[in-house]
Amino acid sequence: MKALWISLKIFLFFTILTGILYPLMVTGIAQVVFPLKANGSLITRNEKVIGSELIGQRFDSAIYFSSRPSAVSYNPLPSGGSNLGLTSTKLKNLVDERKSQFLEFNRLDSHTAVPSEMLFASASGLDPHISPEAALLQVNRVAKARGFDVSKKQQLIRKISELTQKPQFFCLGESRINVLLLNLKTDEIK
Amino acid sequence: MTTLDFIQVILFLGLLTALTPILGGYMKKVFTGEKHFMQPVFGWLEKLVYRFCGVDRNEETNWKTYTFHLLLFNLVGFLFVFLIQLFQLFLPLNPAQLGNVSWHSAFNTAVSFMTNTNWQGYAGETTLGYFVQMIGLTVQNFVSAATGIAVLLALIRGLTRKTTDRLGNFWTDLTRSVIYVLLPLSILLSIVLVSQGVVQNFNSYETAQTLEGTQQVIPAGPAASQIAIKQLGTNGGGFFNANSAHPFENPTPFSNFLEMLSILLIPAALTFTYGKMTGSVRHGWTIYTVMMVLLIAGLSVSLFSEFSPNSLFGNLSLMEGKETRFGITNSVLWSTVTSGASNGSVNAMHDSLSPLGGMIPLINMMLGEVIFGGVGAGLYGMVIFIILTVFIAGLMVGRSPEYLGKKIEAFDVKMAILAVLAPAFVILFFTAWASVSHWGLSSLNNAGPHGFSEILYAFTSAAANNGSAFAGLNANMVFYNLTLGAGMLIGRFGVIIPVLAIAGNLVKKNITPPSSGTFRTDNTMFIGLLIAVIVIVGGLTFFPALSLGPIMEHLLMNAGVTF
Repeated sequence: MKALWISLKIFLFFTILTGILYPLMVTGIAQVVFPLKANGSLITRNEKVIGSELIGQRFDSAIYFSSRPSAVSYNPLPSGGSNLGLTSTKLKNLVDERKSQFLEFNRLDSHTAVPSEMLFASASGLDPHISPEAALLQVNRVAKARGFDVSKKQQLIRKISELTQKPQFFCLGESRINVLLLNLKTDEIK
Repeated sequence: MTTLDFIQVILFLGLLTALTPILGGYMKKVFTGEKHFMQPVFGWLEKLVYRFCGVDRNEETNWKTYTFHLLLFNLVGFLFVFLIQLFQLFLPLNPAQLGNVSWHSAFNTAVSFMTNTNWQGYAGETTLGYFVQMIGLTVQNFVSAATGIAVLLALIRGLTRKTTDRLGNFWTDLTRSVIYVLLPLSILLSIVLVSQGVVQNFNSYETAQTLEGTQQVIPAGPAASQIAIKQLGTNGGGFFNANSAHPFENPTPFSNFLEMLSILLIPAALTFTYGKMTGSVRHGWTIYTVMMVLLIAGLSVSLFSEFSPNSLFGNLSLMEGKETRFGITNSVLWSTVTSGASNGSVNAMHDSLSPLGGMIPLINMMLGEVIFGGVGAGLYGMVIFIILTVFIAGLMVGRSPEYLGKKIEAFDVKMAILAVLAPAFVILFFTAWASVSHWGLSSLNNAGPHGFSEILYAFTSAAANNGSAFAGLNANMVFYNLTLGAGMLIGRFGVIIPVLAIAGNLVKKNITPPSSGTFRTDNTMFIGLLIAVIVIVGGLTFFPALSLGPIMEHLLMNAGVTF
């Protein structure tokens, strides 16, 4: 009986400490020191939230760079991948389909090597990045759809190299480019 | 693989090794009640716990009372998490107005978080409000990890004390683990994670108007505080459905590196603590070496498989279910680490790994989560294998087996075997059942041998208290919620109780001082023997099951067969 009483009290104590005080304290520090990041790295344009830097968006229009395929169509509720194994016929067909679509959409010849992240769906379904190579392959199509002349197209290519994130601290992770940020910058080229 | 890939792996393993004696030495001071630098900071809190809860810190108990306290405390936690899910609509801090959870899902989740498994049949962002996530689940993340440490401490006392029946005080072991180890590390980690972009707020979900004019609902919540402890406590239950693949849980390669390091940090450091507390630092490093060898062996196979061309996709790098910022190496390294350590968080979808790349996490779990393993749990699981090793070695040379001066007798070996068989039973029996019943088969996302792997993975993950998944399996239904729940309970307490029984038996025995005839447990030969016993006793049981799943899938894949 005494043990039950202790169990209940110690459980209550840790619930208050680790379930309430700890998250509140971390929230307090986070909101003061990193308010933008703690609130989801939201991006606003004309005082409207247009998305989060960290959450990818779906781009179908020819004037925008495409994101990776997503098993949840970039709807974050809930996030997730396709969970298809490599011996899945469905996956094999999807990859073939995406490849021919990518080549056709970007008017590339059939021998072009398509970066694999454009053929495979991401883990979260919200991957905000693609490789710089995948962005460069889309430049001609985007420039044409926007009616860019040669100098504007050069600007676009410069934006890609500016926005490319190298491995963090020179050694962690992969080179990548944020598709939403790239498309925002593309909109700015007038 | 590029040079950069190798550098990342070496950096990770090197830093882990360097931190082991630092944190391990500190934890030794904490658990033996010596003076340490956190006492002035949090000492008052420890005293407050004892005063508020009426705990006499000098009162020690025998193994049965220790076990009883542990079970009672876990039961209280289970009931609380179960009930708040059933009634979450009536509770505060639920801005998305997520509905009450079904009884079977609530049962499964409550068991899952109490047993340090963190298997998730539900999707966080669409199922659980902030109240349940924070006050229910975050708390269990702390106390289930502390429970693992407590069991380990009792076992250490069983090995180092003689001719007594006192194994320590469960309440003080629990309290010290939370206050001096888990809490400070979590505060530190969660703030660094926020600096990388992990969210930490109590906002409602934001509706964004995307560039192309559609609407996107962006989730929010106090994620960083839960993610820090989910990694450090080898829990693994994500705030969001995609777990650490979600950009809000793991936004950058640096956050990825830190989260991965946090998975192994405490289990690795505990080997040093163990060495210190049992009086042989060398023995601690021996155990560390065994774990590291097994980790690197699995990692090598997995990396080789993921980077090899295959006949279905040729030279394409296999990015299905992986994030661009992490690439293949970080995804594979994480999958090996999280399955070795009974953590179960993922930064890539294991269901979409190559067949052999997915087999390594399966094997890591089947070996009993002893490759660093869960916080506390990995090491007491390893001691079970050590007992079996000295027993088998003793049989081979015809000498009565001893470990750290304690005679290992029939009762100890029986209990050790029980602890090995309990999870094995769950894995094989329930997988077989699910494979022949329509409840089991109706949830599959993949056909052919990969479908079988999905079922096998689910029960292995439950039995090993890991919690990762071949997530294509739709497990949020009565059959899986109940069988997996039962599997987690057997896998947790079917090991803890025998371990505490061994501790209770050993503590009564005298300690024989080492002599020239003593079987040494700190040299290369012992490393070889222990690895052999783990692989043969722990692994061979599952070879037929692995042949039907990943091995067959690998062969069929290279024959160009799809399902």
